Amino acid sequence: MNVQAVKVIYKYEMLRAWETLLQSFASPVISTALYFVVFGSAIGERIAQIDGVPYGSFIVPGLMMLALLTQSIANASFGIFFPKFTGTIYEVMSAPVSFLEILLGYVGAAATKSLIIGLIILATAGFFVPLEIAHPVWMAAFLLLTCVSFSLFGFIIGLWADDFEKLQLIPLLVITPLVFLGGSFYSVNMLPPIWQTVTLFNPVVYLISGFRWSFFEVSDVSVGVSLAMVLAFLVVCLLVVGWMFRTGYRLRQ
Amino acid sequence: MKSIVSVTNLSKTYSDGHEALKDVSLEIADGEILALLGPNGAGKTTLISIICGIVNASDGSVSVDGHDIIADYRHTRSLIGLVPQELTLGHFDKVWNTLCFSRGLFGKAPDPDYIERLLRNLSLWSKKDTEIMALSGGMKRRVLIGKALAHEPKVLFLDEPTAGVDVELRKDMWALVRELRESGVTIILTTHYIEEAEEIADRVGIIDGGRLILVENKQELMQKLGRKAMIIELDESLAEVPDTLARWGLELSGDGSQLTYTYDPRGVRTGIPDLLQAVGEAGLAVKDFKTTQSSLEEIFVSLVKGRS
Repeated sequence: MNVQAVKVIYKYEMLRAWETLLQSFASPVISTALYFVVFGSAIGERIAQIDGVPYGSFIVPGLMMLALLTQSIANASFGIFFPKFTGTIYEVMSAPVSFLEILLGYVGAAATKSLIIGLIILATAGFFVPLEIAHPVWMAAFLLLTCVSFSLFGFIIGLWADDFEKLQLIPLLVITPLVFLGGSFYSVNMLPPIWQTVTLFNPVVYLISGFRWSFFEVSDVSVGVSLAMVLAFLVVCLLVVGWMFRTGYRLRQ
Repeated sequence: MKSIVSVTNLSKTYSDGHEALKDVSLEIADGEILALLGPNGAGKTTLISIICGIVNASDGSVSVDGHDIIADYRHTRSLIGLVPQELTLGHFDKVWNTLCFSRGLFGKAPDPDYIERLLRNLSLWSKKDTEIMALSGGMKRRVLIGKALAHEPKVLFLDEPTAGVDVELRKDMWALVRELRESGVTIILTTHYIEEAEEIADRVGIIDGGRLILVENKQELMQKLGRKAMIIELDESLAEVPDTLARWGLELSGDGSQLTYTYDPRGVRTGIPDLLQAVGEAGLAVKDFKTTQSSLEEIFVSLVKGRS
């Protein structure tokens, strides 16, 4: 294995985040803090508890997921799209690196950045609302799986996109609506029955539900199903990336 | 000499149907400088890109140091350095960091001493902490060479290394290429500057329309295909070539003051002594005479034109 290559790609990507500290870390944290102020404090005080959890605390896992999903996708897609756009990808393609090593470097760095953002948001939430984590190990597992699987998804978008518009298309038009409609700010049980059924087709519901369970032991769907859905998404992403690498899709002519 | 790169029956057809390479076979000797000449779109960059692993071949095979570039890509790619045609660099990266990145990417452990030597050789040491976007075009090209050499390759591909650079920098680049060859690096460069190939190459390959027309030792190529001409300057202008000189096929210049005799320099008898004697016998007074040899450019043009 070309460990040096994985190290330099990972380091390069992390350095990029460090050099754009405000954009990489401060921006998502400030946005999430604003959500806490508006939904948690201002509106949340007028909303009754949901499944026995104060509203301000209830939205923490959803807000973390919102940030994790968008950041994982943004970091990973930009990480591979930009070298393609500038042409510097030639160096990676001509180096003695396997696709697994490329993946470990780029996706590993994107997932790490998202993980750091998630943990900062969690710490920030502690300043605004009372917070307890019922199952810290499961919380960490959901956090990690989400970061990795959506970084993989972002990597796929970055490989697929051949212009900046396409790079933004799926995150803006698909992911953000799915997260907002996936129970970030409410319990699925609060919806009319027909919409509860429709919501079950939204994969993000399973992520948020499982993650919320690890905090408060309340969930919209069973934890086992949530975990299975995250793992299934991870496997699908791996299969797609594997196919893209095998065929050289948008990388090798 | 031992072959370091072997290309066998290589073909490439892009998804839009364009046939960039047609059944190309080529042996590149260890330690030589091979110049691949050809007009734009001839297939030079495609050939290099396949050998380096950037483009997939449609047919044929390539081996480097006896290893197949697909089956043993780790071994073959670790031996190769590539300087691309475009200035493809991370503009916000610093010079030192980008060279260290390239070295690591090719699996080499960090070696600050080697990187420092490399930067000094490329006259970039004073710019090591400078962001690439702040460098001049010539410096950026040297950074690209530094990146390609950061992992100490045995084979270096230079794709149009002096495209768009000034004469002084071009000569610096040629000196650098010669130094690299002396250190044992095999160099393959693509160019459409004939002067470049003539100046530094050991062998010349000519590609046109995706086919490798010929690969020849530069001197032999010039001897084989190059013609020599002797120009005889006369004291008094002529209206026409005298009949007694007809057997030499002389060309008379427009003003009638010069006679040009074209001959094959490889011939045992060039016919020059007889011609000079016949000129004297015809009563023509010779003011001066000189000889010229066809350049690689003329050979190249005649080959490519001949094909089209």
